[in-house]
Amino acid sequence: MIRTLPSSKTYKIGFNAFMIFYFALVFIPLVAIGLLAFNNSKFPSLPWRGFTLDWFFGKSFGMTGIFHDARNLKGVFVSIKVGLWVTLFTTIVGTCAAFLFEHEEFRFKNFFYSLMIAPLVVPGVIIGISILSFATTVGTLVEKTIGIDLRFLSPGLFLVVCGQSSFITTFVTLVIIAKLKKFDRSLEEAAYNLGANRFEVIWHITIPFLRPAIIGAAAVAFLLSFENFNTTMFLTSSEATLPIILFTQIKDGSTPVVNAVSVVLITCISTIALVNFLVALKKSKKSEGR
Amino acid sequence: MMNSKRSKIRWSFLVFFIPVFLWLTLLFLLPNVELIRLSFIGTDYYGQSGATLGNYTVFFHEPIYWLTFTRTVGYSFVVTFVCLLIGLPVSFYITKVVGLRLKGLIMTLILVPFWVSEIVRVYGMILLLRETGIINRILVGIGIWKQPIEMLYNDVSMVMGIVYTATLFMIVPIVGVMDSLDDSLIEAAHDLGANKLIIWWKIIFPHCMPGIMSGCIVVFMLVLGNYITPSLMGGKYSLWFTQQIYNQFIAYVNWNRGAAFGFLLLTISSLVIWSALKLTGQKLSRVSGVVK
Repeated sequence: MIRTLPSSKTYKIGFNAFMIFYFALVFIPLVAIGLLAFNNSKFPSLPWRGFTLDWFFGKSFGMTGIFHDARNLKGVFVSIKVGLWVTLFTTIVGTCAAFLFEHEEFRFKNFFYSLMIAPLVVPGVIIGISILSFATTVGTLVEKTIGIDLRFLSPGLFLVVCGQSSFITTFVTLVIIAKLKKFDRSLEEAAYNLGANRFEVIWHITIPFLRPAIIGAAAVAFLLSFENFNTTMFLTSSEATLPIILFTQIKDGSTPVVNAVSVVLITCISTIALVNFLVALKKSKKSEGR
Repeated sequence: MMNSKRSKIRWSFLVFFIPVFLWLTLLFLLPNVELIRLSFIGTDYYGQSGATLGNYTVFFHEPIYWLTFTRTVGYSFVVTFVCLLIGLPVSFYITKVVGLRLKGLIMTLILVPFWVSEIVRVYGMILLLRETGIINRILVGIGIWKQPIEMLYNDVSMVMGIVYTATLFMIVPIVGVMDSLDDSLIEAAHDLGANKLIIWWKIIFPHCMPGIMSGCIVVFMLVLGNYITPSLMGGKYSLWFTQQIYNQFIAYVNWNRGAAFGFLLLTISSLVIWSALKLTGQKLSRVSGVVK
């Protein structure tokens, strides 16, 4: 049944076959995208008309590759910009929240903890429309009473960052809380006894301990922001993020440039995953060697 | 001495509390309150706006709205169940069956498509399944099929697509809890003569319940709130409730009705999650701790 117990041949073969089937189903669509990114055809479909890199580097009309396609390139830059702002916001607030819920005692703590978890179980579409409604109401109210038009409260990058941060901060908080739970607080006590104040202790003792978790949480935040669609679609203006632009292109039918964009994304993700895997492997080897 | 220490601690408390408080109220609580408020406001024939239940009554009077709603909820249950059926053996394989050396590699292979955006994964399915897609070309090319068959744009393809994009969210939390299950418990049960069914029922399920619940909740919510897959892979009649919300907000600019629909979606999602937690005796804070 498990690796340490003897099991029948049919069980082993059957289970391996099931897993191969599963991985085939998961990876064939990605392979299909990759294959058609290099097909010398104006449509992302077979038959195979020869290998080309035009969907990456092409400049000619009708065969513009990703590196010369203004629309997709702009989407990538907008997504990176939004991602960086969201990462900055969520990492700072998430770290505060982790300290707040792990190291502080206050009234209504349970209530705030539930409120902090709640964005996790609210569909992204709802977060999108609620932020849109709230921002518009506040914007109209301010304009009516003071007469100032707060542009940033109408759909645009500011609202996209707000909407995405609304739920991504929860993920960041949970990752950092998990690490903070393992923190030995007697280290803090020692620092207090040596005359450090609360912020010196946090800065010199706790934050260095949390660093790997904070970096990991920041990476997760960036990725979640980069591929967010449901919340973003209600909050975006003419400056759309990459997933929105990809959606429109796929819906309307497009040249294989969408495949090229996907290949670039898949390559980046795989590289990160591979590096992560190799680092973990090295670490486990080191600990075995001890 | 004691006093000064206490006042310092309160000061640090405020530094942590204020950003968190602003986040939770301005970006979550107040927007949702505003959404609910909007849903009870309507405009009459004379252009006067006032409190009304009209945005909700229209939902029950127009079959297209409540039928889409029931369809969406029903399919969300089906997809969650199918994802669980796939997720359990896959997680079991990763954590308990495969050799320890391969485990890290297989986990990486599971996670790569997880991080590739949903839209890319759906695009891959479309390239394979559509009438001019790869499967049709190959099968017609070697003569198995006489002519291409449109496999996209129906409920089956749509459900397949959603299962494909959602299964990974089931696997990750279940792998998390299964990893912490001590193998010796299974070994002991086996030595005492328990069969596989009993081991699953008495040992694996009880231990993995937080992870299973966490996976089910995340998958159910993601499927219920999905927009990309039904829009790209569903047919003319494969309506999803999020599309109705989108239409009310963007196409008809009827935000009040859109807000009411949004609140209905939020209500059913919370209700299902709450009853699932009650039925299995889990707590959301415990379940969410599994998500990492």
